Amino acid sequence: MLEQSRPARLTLRVVALGYLALLLGIPVGVVLYRTFEHGIAPVWDAITTPAAISAFTLTLEVAAIAVPLNTVLGILTALVLVRGRFRGKAVLEAIVDLPFAISPIVVGLALVLVYGRIGWFGPWLADHGIQIIFSLPGIVIATVFVSLPFVAREVAPVLREIGDEQEQAAATLGASSWQTFTRITLPAIRWGVAYGIVLTVARCIGEFGAVSIVSGKISGETETLTLLVEKRFNNFDLAGAYAASALLAIIALATLLAMTRLNPRKDHQS
Amino acid sequence: MITVENVDKHYGDFHALKGIDLEIASGSLTALLGPSGSGKSTLLRVIAGLEVPTSGRVVLDGRDVTNLAPQQRGIGFVFQHYAAFKHMTVRDNVAFGLKIRKKPKAEIKEKTDELLRVVGLDGYQQRYPSQLSGGQRQRMALARALAIEPAVLLLDEPFGALDAQVRAELRTWLRRLHDEVHVTTVLVTHDQEEALDVADTIAVMDAGEIAQSGKPRDLYDAPSSDFVMSFLGPVSRLGEGLVRPHDLEVLLEARDGAREAQVVRVVHLGFEVRVELLLADGNGTSADGVGASEPVVAQITRAEAAALELSAGDIVWVREQLGTRGADGPKAAAA
Repeated sequence: MLEQSRPARLTLRVVALGYLALLLGIPVGVVLYRTFEHGIAPVWDAITTPAAISAFTLTLEVAAIAVPLNTVLGILTALVLVRGRFRGKAVLEAIVDLPFAISPIVVGLALVLVYGRIGWFGPWLADHGIQIIFSLPGIVIATVFVSLPFVAREVAPVLREIGDEQEQAAATLGASSWQTFTRITLPAIRWGVAYGIVLTVARCIGEFGAVSIVSGKISGETETLTLLVEKRFNNFDLAGAYAASALLAIIALATLLAMTRLNPRKDHQS
Repeated sequence: MITVENVDKHYGDFHALKGIDLEIASGSLTALLGPSGSGKSTLLRVIAGLEVPTSGRVVLDGRDVTNLAPQQRGIGFVFQHYAAFKHMTVRDNVAFGLKIRKKPKAEIKEKTDELLRVVGLDGYQQRYPSQLSGGQRQRMALARALAIEPAVLLLDEPFGALDAQVRAELRTWLRRLHDEVHVTTVLVTHDQEEALDVADTIAVMDAGEIAQSGKPRDLYDAPSSDFVMSFLGPVSRLGEGLVRPHDLEVLLEARDGAREAQVVRVVHLGFEVRVELLLADGNGTSADGVGASEPVVAQITRAEAAALELSAGDIVWVREQLGTRGADGPKAAAA
């Protein structure tokens, strides 16, 4: 590694840490400070209202469906992208990145246009008593869409790096495709998968734009935590908004901590 | 016994294997030797089932396996870059094939320990591949391939990623192992010295075809083409023909059939001395070189070099030793 002079090193550190503090540390710190300004009791009251509990449960429900779905699909997509040899691979690559490129608001609007009352499938769905927009399925679809690329994008480079020789070796030793996948491929990519899951969880819990359009924001029914924060903020219930924000931040921190707790084992084995 | 019948392999427009016919005797150690791109690895992978031939048949011990997956062929395969299972210990790597076959635990442990003893990795059971050297990893890969008692052991440039000393050590070791285990072995290599050193039979491949196959000594002494001759050991072009460096005679005065040359360099290689010569008529080139200015190389013993008192700039005469074709060269005898 390139040797740096002491002043250069210090400057770099100050710049990097200052940037992080201004953009991330101070705002999050202020939220937490404001939340607990008057002690824990008002916070507890704010996050145990029926609307808050419903929002919290809904957020977890959505994540519980979207995260496993995107993990399985993400691993499959990465396998197809890295190991597959077919025409139109470049197109698939681009499609996987689409959710990153499109604004979540547009995603929400598109879903309404397809599944909404006046959308393409709207009348058919209404005839069969299925409601997607303004209910749980719509929120889940929107969340799945915006968090789709994370696992695939984290796993694909790992797959490319490990190559397919280990898999070929397993095949010559008699392992079936499924045995090769569970015993060789999956353990080799597990850190990519784990990191992809953490990012997916964070995105699912924090999603606002697409969900705000498809959910209809029905309090106690289709209101997620982020929507609750917005509503309280708009209603000048600042303390309530801070409390709900703090809850979101704590879930995110817990996911990150779980990830870093898992990580040290990596160095022993690889 | 491995029989390859009229095997063709195309990759799009590229014709990798052109009507290969090859028989590999049971219990033999055969080397597929050739430059990169000659199709030797493709042929090995076709035998293993890792590649499907465009046409032709592969028969292992009388069983047509052309359309069988690698899992069902009963082969052991060793890769150039080890293909070690990085997240498993050495023991689990070697036990992998046995666990897939659901052997009893006690049998797996006994067999694994025995194989690790055979490959000289006893005591390394609990290590991970990242804690082994390249040579140790490849020996582990060999133990892993042997654990399932394959009918055929296929090695794809197994020592290619190792440094010269370890490579020489391992191939001697492989030869001894083969003499103990007697499994039919096919080794792919681009290193002629390695092929001459370990194999009973060599098949020289060139541009998707088998140029010549036979015993190392026959190939060395009676090559069927300039390609085979130049691939098995160093050669120089003297006039029309190719000559081995140690079949050249260096003289201090003009004699019958000798050509005038200037000494460019004298290199002492232990017992032998390599003399690099530039022919006066500019006709000589080393076969592996392209330009006419490539020197002709003669290899003579120390005693001869001392008697000639050669040094760079001297004018000498050089000719092919009479009656050398087909005679015992020192290298052929060693193989």
